[in-house]
Amino acid sequence: MRLNTDPNLDSPDVFYEALVDMHRGLSEDQSEIVNAKLILVLANHIGDLEVLGQAMHIARNDANPSRPEPAR
Amino acid sequence: MPNPYSPPVYEYAPSPDQSAEVAAHHPVIVVGAGPVGLTAAIDLARHGTKTVLLDEDNTVCTGSRAVCYAKRTLEILDRVGCGEPVVARGVAWNHGKIFFRDKQVYGFNLLGEEGHRRPAFVNLQQYYLEEILVDCARDAKLVDLRWKNRVVEVDAHGDAPRITVETPDGRYALTCDWLIVADGAHSPLRRMMGLETEGAKHQGNFLVADVVMKAEFPAERWFWFDPPFHPDHSVLLHKQADHLWRVDFQLAPDADPEEERKPENIVPRIRALLGDGREFELQTANVYAFQCRRMERFRHGRVLFAGDCARQVPPFGVRGANSGIQDVDNLIWKLQLVIDGKAPEQLLETYSEERGFAADADIHSSMCSGEFITPSSKASRAFRDATLELSERHPFARRVVNSGRMSVPLVLAESSLNVPDADPFDGAMIPGAPAADAPIAVGGKASWLLAQIGGEFTGVYFAHRRISESEFEALTHLMTAPVPVRMIVVARPAETAPAVPEGCLVIEDRTEAITRSYDGRPGTFYLIRPDQHVAARWRALSGPLVRGAVAHATCND
Repeated sequence: MRLNTDPNLDSPDVFYEALVDMHRGLSEDQSEIVNAKLILVLANHIGDLEVLGQAMHIARNDANPSRPEPAR
Repeated sequence: MPNPYSPPVYEYAPSPDQSAEVAAHHPVIVVGAGPVGLTAAIDLARHGTKTVLLDEDNTVCTGSRAVCYAKRTLEILDRVGCGEPVVARGVAWNHGKIFFRDKQVYGFNLLGEEGHRRPAFVNLQQYYLEEILVDCARDAKLVDLRWKNRVVEVDAHGDAPRITVETPDGRYALTCDWLIVADGAHSPLRRMMGLETEGAKHQGNFLVADVVMKAEFPAERWFWFDPPFHPDHSVLLHKQADHLWRVDFQLAPDADPEEERKPENIVPRIRALLGDGREFELQTANVYAFQCRRMERFRHGRVLFAGDCARQVPPFGVRGANSGIQDVDNLIWKLQLVIDGKAPEQLLETYSEERGFAADADIHSSMCSGEFITPSSKASRAFRDATLELSERHPFARRVVNSGRMSVPLVLAESSLNVPDADPFDGAMIPGAPAADAPIAVGGKASWLLAQIGGEFTGVYFAHRRISESEFEALTHLMTAPVPVRMIVVARPAETAPAVPEGCLVIEDRTEAITRSYDGRPGTFYLIRPDQHVAARWRALSGPLVRGAVAHATCND
């Protein structure tokens, strides 16, 4: 299964504002935990290890996310 | 307070071998009378083979060592006749609790199945396990247990390893056909043979203490991440027999072991854990550097390594004694066939292959647990804490929490000894899987399936209502083959059992559990190895196919 990197956000600005707003009033340490939780929650929603691996490759700016390793 | 533990003192007694003109020769010598060495000697004795079992000391282990024995290990101990005293003496448990900071985030139940004879886990301090095994070894009569016999030299070249043994009466030499080394993590034998372990990965320093206390805590495994009484670090608590509690405190990387080991530094930690004026007594304490490492090969010619000397992992997943005893379970039936001339030495390479596979699984699992318990980066720590926070309310996060993936029976799915399925089957009893237990009746008396298999190859046949003449012949030939296959015929409840050849055991599948878990449609035949792992299975009984599978599982093809 392939990660979808085509435009899929209904309202990019609304999403972006919510993402930044999620950190309102938090310390740096608290923000780090909140980001981590968001990743875990969304990762569980996606579920597919291949898709998640492709996403992680993009996050690390890897050149060619065509045959990703599942996260170990 | 209950009395402190007094280890038994076993008598040193010189052997006639010590005054022999030439080095005495024995078929099998086992070095190290810990849980692994003792089980190996007892298992060989059950096969009718004498062993000489050497231990450098004259007592059981000291300090807090193995605690938790998994169901599979209990099944193995049952098979060699030592399971019942361990279960009777020990503390059964299957619940665990995880705490993060100042509250419990969730509880879990590790009990997989109803209808198995043994519980998921039994806790018993290692010195009690060893006492029980020493008694079993003495009862076995074919075990020549020699205390205060310390191996100081080994020459393992050729077909007859030779060892020099130091005793209170001086040195003497022995030779053997096979040398089983079970002398622990620091393995003097391994070192003497110039063999290395590879991939050593440090997993943190821990203060390990045995504490006597009359606490009302239930028999549960409790794990704390970052508790108020030990901030930024982890703590693990297990209940053992006789009001003895095992506590592991994770220490800072730069902790000084000598300082940490001092009672005046340990007592406040335990007091903080208990949180009240509860009375307790520190029995033992030690600082361990946990690590993962393994030997590349567990077999070196006539020398076979088992237990911690072959593979070492941190204790969170309880894979030390459990894996070591499973090593023995895998090794002894193979060694016995080689000794009997019924299988080539090549079969012992599969011991190294299969238990090496198990060691890799143990190490990988322990590394993952290690990362969760001791995150190696700020980002890793953030994910760890995030997971724990989420786990209080979200089941998905609980599955990610890793305070140690407890020892589970290994499915030898890729083993070269398996015959892959040619027919479709449902369920988990695939070739390589350890046979699942089930309640049965034999001659009207209640019993268990696993009590009927093990020690030799066994066929489990879900026979049709009437066994045909050709099937009769096939069964009889298999029972009397050079590597015989013991036969069990499964009768369904409320059905008349079919007439069976002499020597077949008929069992009644009282709750239809076997039929369900083995997908036992009529005609199905399972070949089960002496270590209770499935070797092959078919939808119909074919003498040639079963013989072929036995040959394959013994490297005779």
